Amino acid sequence: MMFETAMFGIPQWLWTIGLIIVKIAVVLGAVMLHVAYATYFERKVIGRMQNRLGPMVVGPYGLLQPIADGIKSFFKEDIIPTNADKPIFFMAPVLGLMAALSSLAVVPFFNHFVIADINIGLLFLFAMSSLAVYGVILGGWSSNSKFSFLGSLRASAQVISYEVPLGLSLVGVMLMSGSLNITEIVNAQSRYPGGMYITAQWLGFFVFVVSAIAETNRSPFDLPEAEQELIAGFFTEYSGMRFALFFMAEYTGMIIMCSIAVLCFLGGWTIPPFVLKLLPFLGAVPGVVWFIMKFYACMFFYYWIRATLPRYRYDQLMAIGWKVLIPLALANIVVTAAIKFLLHHGGQQ
Amino acid sequence: MINQIFFFYFSAVIVAMSLLAITRRNVMHGVLYMLLLFFHIAGLYLFLNAEFISAVQIIVYAGAIMVLFLFVIMLLNLREDIRKKQFLAIWPMGLLVSSGILMVILMSMLTIRIGASGIWGIAQIERVTQTAAVGTVLYTQYLFPFEVASLVLLVAIIGAVVLAKKRIK
Repeated sequence: MMFETAMFGIPQWLWTIGLIIVKIAVVLGAVMLHVAYATYFERKVIGRMQNRLGPMVVGPYGLLQPIADGIKSFFKEDIIPTNADKPIFFMAPVLGLMAALSSLAVVPFFNHFVIADINIGLLFLFAMSSLAVYGVILGGWSSNSKFSFLGSLRASAQVISYEVPLGLSLVGVMLMSGSLNITEIVNAQSRYPGGMYITAQWLGFFVFVVSAIAETNRSPFDLPEAEQELIAGFFTEYSGMRFALFFMAEYTGMIIMCSIAVLCFLGGWTIPPFVLKLLPFLGAVPGVVWFIMKFYACMFFYYWIRATLPRYRYDQLMAIGWKVLIPLALANIVVTAAIKFLLHHGGQQ
Repeated sequence: MINQIFFFYFSAVIVAMSLLAITRRNVMHGVLYMLLLFFHIAGLYLFLNAEFISAVQIIVYAGAIMVLFLFVIMLLNLREDIRKKQFLAIWPMGLLVSSGILMVILMSMLTIRIGASGIWGIAQIERVTQTAAVGTVLYTQYLFPFEVASLVLLVAIIGAVVLAKKRIK
């Protein structure tokens, strides 16, 4: 297979590598555009919810605002604190963004469109989302500032606590689909009568949503960067492009979490079979449209929550994670496993 | 050939990283070298067709245990390792213990014998995926040791809670 010649006399492996590079470029371009406009829509949506207009000055309806922000942060002075641990200070935002972007490799955006279709896709996503915290911790520690330090101390405790319910909430999905490969999870969902695992895994979905918000350090769990207490938390000392990198890592993390929610609970690029039976013409709509619609709904939920709820206290955050979410997720696993066992073995054995 | 090159790369980096991790005086740098070390161990597992173990290596060691290390370092606000006489005076004892451990490892390496291979060859694992293979073996053949291990961990967790709650009565 290695040296087979395929089309135009170009060897097969070169085609494969070329295809992967094209896919990476497409995914990276689409995601970076979404990161830029996620900030715009966040400001617009929250503005509307608070009876304001949001950005209106740059371009029609402020549409060019994210581009202006990007150019501004690129040309700003890059300030490095005198007592900072410089190598780690430089590395931290890159590490955070790298972990977030490499998760994109295993996310299938529609059928057969995934950079790396690996068997342990879901585990890879867990691994990368748990690595994203290094950017936060190292950034806060290396700045040598009290605010950054407290912010990253909070972040590390929060992320360790919420990784556990995040992982456990998806075990129900793994049990139902019998696979860790994300494409297979979506295909198993389209075979399932409801068409979406959210119907049977509503408890798992609830736990997942709460812990995904906490894992990405978003409001109401944004204690690592609580403005009133810590200025900006772990990235207080960062400026210019490095600050923008932290921002991009945060929004890419949100995009990943929304994609996992869509793929594991909302049926990914498929629509439920009964809907397709009622309205057969919907089958002509390409899968990526369904994916993007569900994905935007999830992103909107992030903004909605941020505009609605006040921030939790730190002890409340820990209590929710350990005393509510983990027991709920464990109960969900036990019930799902028991039902699956009964359905498969009919209660005998 | 390519497997050997990668094996050599991974093992060389693992040795280098572990040396760097124990010789840095800055604790944070030591922990970061250890993080790189864990990544290379995960890469080594991946080359042995053990994708599940490799992912778990990253999730558990890099994602949880090292973050806990960093948390403790930050909580105690350690920057540089302190060079105090009471810590340094006992170095001959340390040398004795570590060379003893090295002897044990060398002796076990010299007497190692490769046993007969079981049913889980590479072809079989590629057919059922490694995740399923580990699950099947762990929950049928090695169920009892697995349960014993989880009980030991449970005891450790309860012990930690008891120690932390001692003052409140």
